[in-house]
Amino acid sequence: MVGGKVAKITCKISGLEKSFGRNHVLRGIDLTLHEGEVTALMGANGAGKSTLVKVLCGYHHADAGEIELAGAPFAPMDASDAIAKGVVTVHQSIDDGVIPDLDVATNLTLDRLTEPGANLFVNDRSLRRRAEEVAASMGLAMDVRARVADLDVADRQMIAIARAMARSPKLLILDEPTSSLSASEAERLFALIDRLRADGVAILYISHRMSDLRRVADRIVSMRDGAISGIFEGEELDYVGAVNAMLGHQMTEVDIEPVSGGAPILEARDLRLFEGSPPISFTAREGEVIAFTGLLGSGTTELAEILFGLSAAAGGELTLDGRAYRPASAAQAVAQGVFMSPKDRGSNAVIADFDIANNMTLPFLRAFSTFSFLSESGQRRAARDMIARIGVKCESDRDGIDTLSGGNQQKVMIGRWLLKASRVLLLDEPFQGVDIGARRDIGHYIRETSAGRTTLVFVAEIDEALEIADRIIVLNEAAIASEHLNKNIDLNRLVADVSGRVREPHGSGTDAVCGPVTAAQSKAG
Amino acid sequence: MNKNALEYAIRYGFIVLLAGLALFFSLYASGFASPRSAVFIFQSVAITGILALGVTCTLVVGGFDLSIGSVATSSLMLSAYSMVVLEQSAFVAVALCLVMGAVVGLINGFLIVKMRVPDLLATLGMMFLLIGLQRIPTQGNSVATGMSLADGTVAEGTFSAAFLWLGRHRFDLFLDRLLPVPVVLFLVIAGLIWLFLGFTRHGRLMYAIGSNERAASLVGTNVQRYKVVAYMISGVLASIGGILLAARLGRGDIASGNNLLLDSVAAALIGFAVLGAARPNAFGTAAGALFVGILLQGLTMMNAPYYMQDFVKGAVLVAALVFTFYLSSRRGGRRNA
Repeated sequence: MVGGKVAKITCKISGLEKSFGRNHVLRGIDLTLHEGEVTALMGANGAGKSTLVKVLCGYHHADAGEIELAGAPFAPMDASDAIAKGVVTVHQSIDDGVIPDLDVATNLTLDRLTEPGANLFVNDRSLRRRAEEVAASMGLAMDVRARVADLDVADRQMIAIARAMARSPKLLILDEPTSSLSASEAERLFALIDRLRADGVAILYISHRMSDLRRVADRIVSMRDGAISGIFEGEELDYVGAVNAMLGHQMTEVDIEPVSGGAPILEARDLRLFEGSPPISFTAREGEVIAFTGLLGSGTTELAEILFGLSAAAGGELTLDGRAYRPASAAQAVAQGVFMSPKDRGSNAVIADFDIANNMTLPFLRAFSTFSFLSESGQRRAARDMIARIGVKCESDRDGIDTLSGGNQQKVMIGRWLLKASRVLLLDEPFQGVDIGARRDIGHYIRETSAGRTTLVFVAEIDEALEIADRIIVLNEAAIASEHLNKNIDLNRLVADVSGRVREPHGSGTDAVCGPVTAAQSKAG
Repeated sequence: MNKNALEYAIRYGFIVLLAGLALFFSLYASGFASPRSAVFIFQSVAITGILALGVTCTLVVGGFDLSIGSVATSSLMLSAYSMVVLEQSAFVAVALCLVMGAVVGLINGFLIVKMRVPDLLATLGMMFLLIGLQRIPTQGNSVATGMSLADGTVAEGTFSAAFLWLGRHRFDLFLDRLLPVPVVLFLVIAGLIWLFLGFTRHGRLMYAIGSNERAASLVGTNVQRYKVVAYMISGVLASIGGILLAARLGRGDIASGNNLLLDSVAAALIGFAVLGAARPNAFGTAAGALFVGILLQGLTMMNAPYYMQDFVKGAVLVAALVFTFYLSSRRGGRRNA
């Protein structure tokens, strides 16, 4: 790494493979992780990075291939075995890592309580002393008697990491650690990472945030479709190359003749997604499909939520058909003809107890009832019609929704919002967990029906945007980075905009030197 | 075929058991198979059943109402107090009770929806509060004509005939004076709740809330309002139960209605198993209440001692829960495979 020092290899992965049924998730991973080096791992949803992490931390067993840890073969039996052997993982959801109702001291020493041979009685004083030692060794300054629930998110994150570090691991895996941290909280985490790096811990850092990677990464590894698609290291990290390798350009063949749209339907003027974020403005016109794309945390989800009335904008104005539009709830948005198919259908959209017809007609039950009494035949007729049009593969509209595959469930969830005409149709990650066939069907049907409304699609993956949109708007750190008509797009420019390089046209890598020494200077703006 | 057998067992097992039980008692308990005996069973479960239908509504939206028993006894005391001490008419007494039930439901809903108190805890708190509150106006005494009041006077009011009619009148049906008013009310309310939950859009949305609250709210459902309404239905039905109990007893007995909560919750939970629904439903709740009624009536007629009753109810409940959760989860697992 930086300075030409030859670092020892902490972990060497070779030929790692893992399948779930017919689904070949890891197709031969070769990767070495060095002592005192932060390796950033990037990959789109389904690229296999979480499976890789789960193999490393003992949740899954590899089907083929070898892992060496500090020179010895490493094949953890289960999660606790992996920890005992020196691989510690801090998972994305912070509250999985701490017990909010207990104090800091207990949280820091929790593992000791479960060790075999631990005392029956808990000696609070020695517990606190030990906790203070752990905290001091990590450079944490907090009252160990404080209840964890009263601490802020960053402190909780620190505690999860500190407890992990009490095991003195050789390899620390951080899964999206900044996803719920503010900028200043993240900075404290980075300082901690710098300390650990100096102590010689190998760190595997999973994140999509460019600003994170600029700050901490020594090396970037991109994954795509279960294989390593690019490794970027050296003095100047090639972020654009890394994003490119992560997203790839394996486009499905969709021929789009972009339309420019008719009358404006939805207009945003100086809309601000967060307090202090830059204003964004756009006009969505009748008949056009606009894709908003950007990396995780770039603001696409927040924009969708504001448009659907789930959260309030920090500033600016929206108009719908020329009139002020300020929905205070999903119900108000729906009443004004703004429909949204949310992301994460399992938790946000699917009613697991209902069959297809009832899932599909749920938003419009009023239209299927007389004096509040439902017309089941009406519901079933509408559902059967939509099933045929959007191509849901099922036996009948009475099938339980949980008997369908992911792609077919998603077709039902999107078909739900196409039963009635809308002014604005918002689709947040409509292709999440959807196979390529269903993805094509959905995209085709959305475009086919796009007349009479404006359609906004929020996707993280560029090829999904290219498959469905007339126009692509790239968001980066809650600002519009660029706008492209979907015709002969310069893909390299698009990827560069996504990764946030647009406002620094000459800075090819000057801010990319991320060694521990220069790290403090390289904070991304 | 194994799968079909399991499916069949889950769907019809409970009904077959109910029919088998009725047949068994008809054969072995003399006098069981008669219209009067059947009406007696219905009468014994009518009040419990009405309360259970209320709990069913809260279960449908993914909640729970522990306060129903105390709402019923409060309603019993309130109706007695308003007629005996305040010397009001039957109409006023009934209206007061219904309003009280609705207000308690509203407060429960408010605590759960706005104050974010977990449903079990909110309604448990309300239960305690009401158990205490109903004793305050009478200094802990039962209410009956002729009781002496705190100021030294004697309560002169009486239960009006119209009020007692609610609990004691019997309609003619084939036989003279066969069908008591509470049974008719139970059947009517069961029918209404069945229609409401099963066949109206409001019922469908309530089931959607119970299954995935977030998804329901993201399609534009006013989740909070439906939850509050569910608790209000529960409160009103519980107060109706209390009115019927008061009308049957003819006095404001402080000690009656102790078993109402457990019996009605049991009926609603047993109802999950009926027709393999694996979720709260009005038909199942009514069938569950009847099941318990038939079992107790039969056992009593076969000279089983009264102190076995709670044990039998508990055993039925546990069996029904296993039936619902274990068998249905196996069914679900197979369906996905």
